[in-house]
Amino acid sequence: MGSRNTDEPPLLQVIDLHLKREGRSILQGVNLTIDRQQVHAVLGLNGSGKSTLAYTLMGCTGYIPHRGRILFEERDITGLSISERGRLGITLAWQEPARFEGLSVARYLSLGMKEPDLERIRAALAAVALDESYMDRVVDGSLSGGERKRLELAAVYAMRPKLAILDEPDSGIDILSLGDIAALIQRMVEEGASVLLISHREEFVTIADVASLICEGQIVRTGDPGKVSRHYAHCCRPCDHHEIVETGKEYDERL
Amino acid sequence: MSDFEAILKAYEASGGDPSFLRSPQVASLVVSGNKVLGANEISGISMDAEQLPDGVRVHVKVASGVHIELPVHLCFGMIPAEGVQRILSTFEMGEGASAEFLAHCTFPNAVRVQHIMESTIRVGPGARMRYTEAHYHGPEGGVEVLPKAKIVVEERGEYTSEFNLSKGRAGRVDFDYEVDVAAYGVAELLARVIGRGDDEITIRETVRLNGEGARGLAKSRIALRDQAHGRVFSTTEGNAPFSRGHVDCVEIIRDRAVAEAVPVVRVRDDRAQVTHEAAIGTVNRKELETLMSRGLDEEMAVDIIVRGMLGG
Repeated sequence: MGSRNTDEPPLLQVIDLHLKREGRSILQGVNLTIDRQQVHAVLGLNGSGKSTLAYTLMGCTGYIPHRGRILFEERDITGLSISERGRLGITLAWQEPARFEGLSVARYLSLGMKEPDLERIRAALAAVALDESYMDRVVDGSLSGGERKRLELAAVYAMRPKLAILDEPDSGIDILSLGDIAALIQRMVEEGASVLLISHREEFVTIADVASLICEGQIVRTGDPGKVSRHYAHCCRPCDHHEIVETGKEYDERL
Repeated sequence: MSDFEAILKAYEASGGDPSFLRSPQVASLVVSGNKVLGANEISGISMDAEQLPDGVRVHVKVASGVHIELPVHLCFGMIPAEGVQRILSTFEMGEGASAEFLAHCTFPNAVRVQHIMESTIRVGPGARMRYTEAHYHGPEGGVEVLPKAKIVVEERGEYTSEFNLSKGRAGRVDFDYEVDVAAYGVAELLARVIGRGDDEITIRETVRLNGEGARGLAKSRIALRDQAHGRVFSTTEGNAPFSRGHVDCVEIIRDRAVAEAVPVVRVRDDRAQVTHEAAIGTVNRKELETLMSRGLDEEMAVDIIVRGMLGG
C-alpha cells in the first residue's frame, strides 16, 4: 500500500526484543521495522507470540521486555506507559474488545480524538458498516461480539493514529469481509497511519506491503508478502516443531 | 437572595433545570429545610405539604387512570451548613395511573446535615411509577442521608426507582428500600453511589415477589476510593409461582476502600426463580488498558469507567 522513502527513518524499530512471562521465554529476540504509511503483516500460528508482541509494543501490564528496545520515531519508548504510547500515536485494536457499562458508542469513539468530531465518528461507524443508530448504543454486553469488534476498529480509525496495531482484526466479525477490512486499512494509510497487522490467516498478507513470519517468539522471515505467505502455507500449516506459548485469547481471559 | 432563589440556584448547580420549577405545566414541589417554598399541582395530581418542626410531611396522589405527561419535579434541600431535614412522604398511584418523579436533593454547604426520608408508596393495579432521586452534596462529606421506603406494587403495577449520589461527598448513606410485588407486577431498584474520603455507604434492598408472575430486580453500583466503606445487602424473595427475580451488585474499590456485598436469595415456590451476581474488585484492567491505549491517562480512564458504571 505504501512505498518506503529510504531517506526517512522508520516509524517503528523493534530491536532484539526479549520477554519472559511466568518464567517462560515468549519473545526471543524479535527484530522488526515498520516504515511510515506501511502495512506490515505478522503471520504466525496460534501461540507463536503474535499477540504478546502486540501487547509488548503497546506497553500492557506484565509485558515489559527484559532485553531489547522499541524505538518510535527514533525515540526509545521501551519504558513508557500505555497512555504515553497512546499519546504518541500508537494504539491497539484488541483481539477481544472490552465491554464498558454505561459508555455510549459515540463517547467511546471520541475518546481517542484530540477534539470530539461528530463527522469523524459517523465516518468511523460507516467504515465498519455500522449506521448512525449505533451512536447512542452502549458498548456493553447488549452488543454482539462482532459489533464490539467492529467498534474497536472504528475507535482506532477515529483516533487517527500514527501506528495502528490490529490484533486478528477479522476474528469474530460476522459481516465485515476481508475486502472491508482492507478498505479500512487503506483509508488509515491514506491518512498517514502505519499498520501492524497481526493474523494467523495468510489471506491477510495480500493487504500488506511487507510480511514477517513469527515462530516461537522469533521473526524467522521478513520480506515480500507473497513469499512469506507461501512459506507459511507450506511449512507452517501443519507445523511439527511449534511450541505453544500464551495466546492473545488466554491473555484476554486472564484479564 | 430569597430562600426560593437560593434553593433554585443549588438545584441548578446539581444539574436540575430550574425553569421546570417555575413552569405552570409541570407539577412541582420545592422544600428547603422545613419550609414549603413552592407547590404546583396540575390536573390529576394533588400534592399536600405540611410543615413539621424539622421537615415536611408530603402526600402525593395521582388519580386513577391519569397519565402525567411531564415528569413531576421535587426539589428538597438545605442551604445552611447544619441541621435536620425530615421528609415524611406518601405516594399513591391510582389504578392505571402513570407518572415519573424526579427528585433533586441538594445540600451544597453541608457540614453537619441529616436528611431523613421516610416514604410509603402504593402503586395501584396496572399503575406505573418511576422515581429518580439525584443528590448533590458539597465537598465536606458532612451529610447523613437516610432514605427509607416501603413500597407496595399491586397487580400488574410497575415501580422503578433510581437513587444517584455521585456529585460531591456522599457522607453517610443508609439506604433502605423494601418492595412487595403482587401478581404480574414489576419492581426495579437501582442505587448508584460514589464514596470518597471516609464516606460510609450502606444499601439495603429487599424485593419480595409475592404474586404469580411477579418480577423484580435489585441492582447496585458502588465506586469507592480513599478509606470509604460500602456495604450492600440485597434480598430477593421468590414467594409465588413463576416469579422471577435478580440481584446484581457491582462494587469497584481503589486505595484503602472496603466493600462488602451480601446477596440473599430466598425462594419459597419451586416454580419461582431468583438469581444473583455480585462482583467486587478494582477497575477491570482490560477496560483500563483499552482506554489508556487511546492516550487517556490512568486517572481519566478510571473516571470514565466508573462514571459509565454509575450512569453519569
